[in-house]
Amino acid sequence: MAVVDTEFLEDPISEAGKGYWAGVGSRLMRDPVTMVCFAILLLLILAAILAPYLGLSDPYTGSMIKRLAPIGTEGHILGTDEQGRDMLARLIYGGRLTLFIGLTPVVFAFFIGGTLGIIAGYAGGWLNTVIMRTVDVFFAFPSVLLAIAISGALGAGVFNSLVSLTIVFIPPITRVAEAVTSGVRGLDYIDAARASGASTLTVIRVHVIGNVLSPIFVYATSLTSVCMILAAGLSFLGIGVRPPEPEWGLMLNTLRSAIYVNPWLAALPGLMIFITSLCLNMLSDGVRSAMNVRD
Amino acid sequence: MSETKFLNEPLDDKGGPAQPLLIVRNLKKFFPVRGGILGGKKAMVQAVDGISFKVKKGETLGIVGESGCGKSTTARLLIGLIEKDKGEIIFDGQDLGGALPLRELRRGVQMVFQDSYASLNPRLTIEASIAFGARVQGLSDPVGRARKLMERVGLAPDRFAQRYPHEVSGGQRQRINIARALAMSPRLVVLDEAVSALDKSVEAQVLNLLADLRREFGLTYIFISHDLNVVRYISDRILVMYLGEVVEIAPVDDIWNFQAHPYTRSLFSAMPSMDPDNRTKEPPLAGDPPNPINPPSGCRFHTRCRFAETVCSAKAPTLRSLSGGSEHLAACHLHDLGSGHSKAGKELAP
Amino acid sequence: MTENLVDIQKLCVRFDGARKVHAINDLTLTLKQGETMALLGESGSGKSVTLKTLLRLLPPKRSAIEGDIVVNGVDVLTLSGKKLQAYRGEEVSMVFQEPGLALDPVYTVGDQIAESVMRHKGVRKEEALSTALDMLRRVRIPSPERRLRNYPHELSGGMLQRVMIALALACRPKLLLADEPTTALDATVQIQILLLLRDLQKEFGMGVIFVTHDIGVAVEISERIAVMYAGQIVEEGTTREVIKNPRHPYTRGLLAANLHDTERGTRLNAIPGTPPSLESRPDACSFAPRCQLAEPQCLASLPPTHRLSERRRVACIHADAPAFSG
Repeated sequence: MAVVDTEFLEDPISEAGKGYWAGVGSRLMRDPVTMVCFAILLLLILAAILAPYLGLSDPYTGSMIKRLAPIGTEGHILGTDEQGRDMLARLIYGGRLTLFIGLTPVVFAFFIGGTLGIIAGYAGGWLNTVIMRTVDVFFAFPSVLLAIAISGALGAGVFNSLVSLTIVFIPPITRVAEAVTSGVRGLDYIDAARASGASTLTVIRVHVIGNVLSPIFVYATSLTSVCMILAAGLSFLGIGVRPPEPEWGLMLNTLRSAIYVNPWLAALPGLMIFITSLCLNMLSDGVRSAMNVRD
Repeated sequence: MSETKFLNEPLDDKGGPAQPLLIVRNLKKFFPVRGGILGGKKAMVQAVDGISFKVKKGETLGIVGESGCGKSTTARLLIGLIEKDKGEIIFDGQDLGGALPLRELRRGVQMVFQDSYASLNPRLTIEASIAFGARVQGLSDPVGRARKLMERVGLAPDRFAQRYPHEVSGGQRQRINIARALAMSPRLVVLDEAVSALDKSVEAQVLNLLADLRREFGLTYIFISHDLNVVRYISDRILVMYLGEVVEIAPVDDIWNFQAHPYTRSLFSAMPSMDPDNRTKEPPLAGDPPNPINPPSGCRFHTRCRFAETVCSAKAPTLRSLSGGSEHLAACHLHDLGSGHSKAGKELAP
Repeated sequence: MTENLVDIQKLCVRFDGARKVHAINDLTLTLKQGETMALLGESGSGKSVTLKTLLRLLPPKRSAIEGDIVVNGVDVLTLSGKKLQAYRGEEVSMVFQEPGLALDPVYTVGDQIAESVMRHKGVRKEEALSTALDMLRRVRIPSPERRLRNYPHELSGGMLQRVMIALALACRPKLLLADEPTTALDATVQIQILLLLRDLQKEFGMGVIFVTHDIGVAVEISERIAVMYAGQIVEEGTTREVIKNPRHPYTRGLLAANLHDTERGTRLNAIPGTPPSLESRPDACSFAPRCQLAEPQCLASLPPTHRLSERRRVACIHADAPAFSG
């Protein structure tokens, strides 16, 4: 016979919540700034993906007659670059590479760094020391220098840029992952899970990952804007994307001389980098606030 | 009751009714205090320094003590969360590490933690939290088991199963903690300050529940608390710890009438009076509980004891029966006729 | 010197935010000079909010306060700026539950006490430090000269609480508020602090309002008890009156649930249910849903306040019935 507790009358919390992610979603949607940034980014990404279908001019062919045409020129609404190529096309096609090289390393670093950090945080002891001190060695270098050093050693090119940037961003993510995991590791519910006889892998899978993922994720999103700028920077320095590929950083480099002729043209790729990285930043802030609030 | 049988599938009683469910012998656990550049050992915290006791089947053993006494470390040693440095833990006649694998100990012994925001995984539903242990141990129908246990502890499954920990109150969280521990059908439940964080009226509800469950599921409890009143109410025997050692064990009524060890006496006198006409006049003990890193020599209590003499700082007393085969044990030179203490065996002034 | 040290009339405190909480509902309370009163209640009863309101520590944007609070002749709710700063610490001060959190970790204990004295009394540092030393002696800290130069992390919980008390009393306030200062301490340390507070109250003569959920602590520290439930005072009287002859069903329930005198193994008389959520202002007896003696009238309107004598009151319709058994 079940001992249904009749002592237990009125329950002050009357209905169950909708769940954590639903709450995050609804909070995000109520934040106008974040939604605007999200819309802009979505637009940029869509434009980048759908570039071939947008009826743009060819970003590779240019005509020296039409070089450095100002903004608003007929047929070239954003002008042309120093080789006469349509700026609008260059910018939109350029977004593909910039966004790709800007976001992908963070994604890889998230998985690699996250795994390393969770292992280090959960295991503690010598394993933690080995992982974290190795990571510290890389962390000691300023990210720009490290990126330049690794890229310089590997050589220019998209693939090498990806490798270099991934390596740059693994240490900070590992650090955050380790810190958060260590914090969770000491909580009672982890003890309870271990005491039930669950294997280490099960405890990590069921109890640790769900609770550490969001802080690591939010931190990673805040790194995307930096990564984008570094990617553009590498190309600007000539050790990233090689010409004639359109890419915002590279375009900044090649349009340098245009500053004296047509400064607005030269500013355009920089503006794109600025807008994108600002939106990424604000989006990550918004996601962090939405994920932080507990009902 | 088939439902109880479904919910209660403990391990077999291997030792029989006379075998104590738990025997602890000379259990020790040290923690290094690290310092310096490379994190070398600076000192040792002797958290648990050679404790021994028995727990009979079906009884409730209460463990009391103040901060630094080692009761929480003891709890975690008993459920296998931390590894012992020395000593034996014998569960139903089988030695942990010998005939008894850790996994089986975890099936037989479970813990109810103090209510805190950290006692439940905030990302799991109540139902999932309770079912997790049953699933891990390979018991049948973990979800059904979880729902039935929720009902048993007074939380309607339809209303609570899909909730998250931050959507329930403190008393409800403790009921969930209890259900989680019982989901694995343990035989011994260690309750570490399980009602300390609750309001008094909620505490009463939970204590009633614990008493019912003990009867229904045939459980044995080890109840750890700093609150003597609660321990007195729920326990059959009380064990008093000080700085990692056992200073006194006795059946509840015996120890309530007569506290043999001076520390126990101070602990009892420290309870606030409930009678406005008879308030406490003097604090029974001065100073703070000492640091477990460098415990005093000999009897660890001698630095604060009214009856301390030279023999107390020289030689550590052993836990021995007060007289003949009495169940009342104390570790104090005052009760050891051969100790050399001038007042040994004499009546003590209050 | 006005006769009443503290005079709270019809205080209502409401918190706005994601959810509205009517934390205090029509609370009236008086305390005479030099009296010690315990505010007894469980979580959610509003006892801590009452203390915070007395010190004006509530977040101004989120809280709405109505009613009157007069402390030693000063209208507390209209204070602002320098007058408010002078009020806090000099007229009224507070001791908190977690002493470690209330002290600044980067300053020595002596400096912190001295700073308060310098700020309020306008004296120079040497004099302030000697006042600090004197206070540390009075709270019976061993080796007070050394302790002056200690940082908070070097002191144990019990000693930190003594330092907090020294800090609170350094400027000789007329009223000391204590928010569960002994809850986090070990039993043997708790009784030391309670007796210390009792002795200091005799020595300094200030009024004390001591918030606690522990009946034993209330008995040890106070001469008067006010029992709070759902933001209201349901019973008030001298400690002896309330403990020996509780009239309100909630007070009786609390005392019955107390384990001190309960027979081992008997079932506890737990008060069923849980406190109300206070999302709306109570318009009936807040305790009625859990009360054994509830009648239809209890759920229909606010309970009357019966004054059994000049300073003894009970908010219950059954209060004036002859002492009922059970």
